[in-house]
Amino acid sequence: MKIVVCVKHVPDAAADRTFDDADHTVDRTGVDGLLSELDEYAVEQALTIAEASDDAEVTVLSVGPEQATDAIRKALQMGVDKGVHVSDEAIHGSDAIATSLVLAKAIEKLDYDIVLCGMASTDSEMGVVPAMLAERLGIAQVTLGSELAVEGSTVRIRRDGDVSTETVEASTPAVVSVTDQTPEARYPSFKGIMAAKKKPVESWALADLDVAPDQVGLAAAWSSVSATQKRPPRTKGQIVTDEGEGGVQLVEFLAAQKFV
Amino acid sequence: MTEILVLVDHVDGAVRKPTYELLTLARRLGEPSAVFLGSGSEQAKDSLAGYGAEKVYVADDPAFGDFLVAPKAEALAQLVESASPAAVLIPSSTEGKEIAGRLAIKIESGLITDAVDIVAGADGAPETTQSVFAGNHTVTASVTKGTPIITVKPNAVTPEQATGAASVETFDVSISDAAKTTRVVERKERKATGRPELTEASIVVSGGRGTGGNFEPIEAFADSLGAAVGASRAVVDSGWYPHSYQVGQTGKTVSPQLYVAAGISGAIQHRAGMQTSKTIVAVNKDGEAPIFELVDFGVVGDLHKVLPQATDEVIKRKG
Repeated sequence: MKIVVCVKHVPDAAADRTFDDADHTVDRTGVDGLLSELDEYAVEQALTIAEASDDAEVTVLSVGPEQATDAIRKALQMGVDKGVHVSDEAIHGSDAIATSLVLAKAIEKLDYDIVLCGMASTDSEMGVVPAMLAERLGIAQVTLGSELAVEGSTVRIRRDGDVSTETVEASTPAVVSVTDQTPEARYPSFKGIMAAKKKPVESWALADLDVAPDQVGLAAAWSSVSATQKRPPRTKGQIVTDEGEGGVQLVEFLAAQKFV
Repeated sequence: MTEILVLVDHVDGAVRKPTYELLTLARRLGEPSAVFLGSGSEQAKDSLAGYGAEKVYVADDPAFGDFLVAPKAEALAQLVESASPAAVLIPSSTEGKEIAGRLAIKIESGLITDAVDIVAGADGAPETTQSVFAGNHTVTASVTKGTPIITVKPNAVTPEQATGAASVETFDVSISDAAKTTRVVERKERKATGRPELTEASIVVSGGRGTGGNFEPIEAFADSLGAAVGASRAVVDSGWYPHSYQVGQTGKTVSPQLYVAAGISGAIQHRAGMQTSKTIVAVNKDGEAPIFELVDFGVVGDLHKVLPQATDEVIKRKG
């Protein structure tokens, strides 16, 4: 069983994330970055599947600037076997469409039965890359699993849709994405941290993937941002302390706002 | 007249509200045509006409229900090919965004997800607004290649009725074997609660860790206001309330007229799902909780005392 886990290095959601003034891309240098929390669930699932299999190999794949090696290292510390880092200046500003192209080309160079992804990145939050990868690779899309089971070559998930809960299955090869309803990711152990230092990480550029520089990046994006604006902070309202009449006071406010 | 395709979100022909919102937005850009995939179109036709759909394209194939996402993306791609619309609007549902992603690759067109507003730009092409980074920033964008594909968040606009001809055009689809790889082996409809749907409600009452797992006061207050019930991630992770009610970054994003947060501290995860609500009130024991930075009105107190009293007061006032 060969598993490729796609992960993204993102600006910390707890920090004051912002955009580059000049080109409206996400500011990836002014804010500390980390392995996207939602991708940790995918790494965890990959390791769980691998542990139940005799000859499993898990590769972590990340497309991004130099700092993305931090995300790869974290996955290696958690127990992933090896890493691939695709980095190229031309990739800066790529949209999901170009990102999925680069990922798909890199995945095609690797051996795989299952491609695992998180449900969305925590920065752009589009949640479309796994579906795009399935489309590009021409393999099954088994996405947004809140539970994942792999038995032989069958992949099965529980998918919580908007109006119903579905059980969905396919045969490998498949692109699988998992939600934060799957088990919490493990912390790297001391042994894992030490072992990660010796694990191989390959660096690939666009030329290694048969992707032309003009197929990616901001200039090649199929959509364009004309403005970004910080929302003005909400003005803090009235706060009362409940001294026995808090509920009535609350309703008085709601009534004044015509909600009651 | 410029044709705008709107993918209908429905359950066996019962049209869901986001579809009407999309038809309303589509009228700003051109003439809306609804795209109905699956069975039940006879039932849906009149309601689509009532929100201005001039045409209703209908395709039905068992693959739409039997397999995940890919068959619908193929059908939509085939329709775009023949109808050459000026834009395709799709609800930002679980399935909608994935259909949109695959469609973008198939028809080599730009994609914008989770728009909260769409207007006709200078050249008449759609210009979108998105709310990003946990609602802290807004982004204005447009598609620069192919047929713009835009997914729209629920509640982006108030649906406005309009009369459309809704002339039905059945179109033939051919679903490839490659699109029939991921089988839906079981589907369980979620039980109806009798309350409004979370993403569609004008009032949402949400409970957090402070409920201690007891949602009775939350549900009772919600019912007195005719509101939907929501929950924080902590509540869902503890198994106190189902995941489908989670408000936040990895749950639902809501933007109601009134949001009531009870026993919710207001972590970034949660704020991402509710901070664009028009009016926010909170009840929390901890006066230092970050949720109070967002509120229009806040009560520092125990929700188990404050909410039942508030519920009684609402019932009394409503007579």
